[in-house]
Amino acid sequence: MEIGLSHYLVLSTILFAIGLIGVMRRKNLLLLFFATEILLNSVNIAFAAISHYYGDLTGQMFAFFVIAIAASEVAVGLGLLIVWFKRHGNIDLDSMSTMKG
Amino acid sequence: MFEAVAFYLFAFLTIAMFGITVLTSQALYALTALAAGMIFISAFFFILGAEFLGAVQIVVYSGAVMALYAFGMMFFDTTRDVKEKQGNKFIIVGLATISAVLVVLIVAAPLVTENIVALYPVTPDVGNTQEVGVVLFTKFLIPFEVAAIMLLVAMISGIILAGKKMDLSITLMTDAEVRDFKEDNNKKVLS
Repeated sequence: MEIGLSHYLVLSTILFAIGLIGVMRRKNLLLLFFATEILLNSVNIAFAAISHYYGDLTGQMFAFFVIAIAASEVAVGLGLLIVWFKRHGNIDLDSMSTMKG
Repeated sequence: MFEAVAFYLFAFLTIAMFGITVLTSQALYALTALAAGMIFISAFFFILGAEFLGAVQIVVYSGAVMALYAFGMMFFDTTRDVKEKQGNKFIIVGLATISAVLVVLIVAAPLVTENIVALYPVTPDVGNTQEVGVVLFTKFLIPFEVAAIMLLVAMISGIILAGKKMDLSITLMTDAEVRDFKEDNNKKVLS
């Protein structure tokens, strides 16, 4: 049985759905970051698969830039989380409601 | 044949690992499962002939990003179980599936119409790393430099945000010192 582009796209859909479920049900901000990484990785799979099946390198280039963005997002996000944890002692999403009207 | 076996094996493993990451209540399990899933995803890149991307995936994700997350786990109090929102599970799963299908449709719609011409076509007898290098340093030079500046900004902001008051340790101070420290912080927040 031949593995085609649609196989990879379906796999990417499943992983993206898993990541979105994580984003919607998590309350702890660190675990919310994990779910974001899953989202970025599922899109990377789709880019690499399209790049392979169309013989085009642009998809791989976009995957590289997505990886760079994910790395800097982790650095800045963890810095902000550490500042928040020092101030308030927890990183729950529900405690960040200071802008609630 | 072998490609199909490898694809299904790694697809199953990746979905299982990411499922554990999303559904477990232990933060340590989530971290290790995420690291394993990242390595399994690099297997897809190797199957697809993008060797350099697979190597970068292993180095950056399971090396750098996971080390940062492990540092964060040591810093935060992650030993207790993670409390979760008590929402409607069917709504969450349904919304996630619908939006994922929508995103993939948006990506795949131009492919179905078959009017795609390869902008930077793959040359058959050259290695993947060489090709990536040539395209990255000719056609994508400006985005590459901008990404470098972005990483520099992220590094500086990480040092400034996380490095404040790293010489004080809450666990080693006495109770009175901790109380003073927290009162000082509250004053700063309020002012």
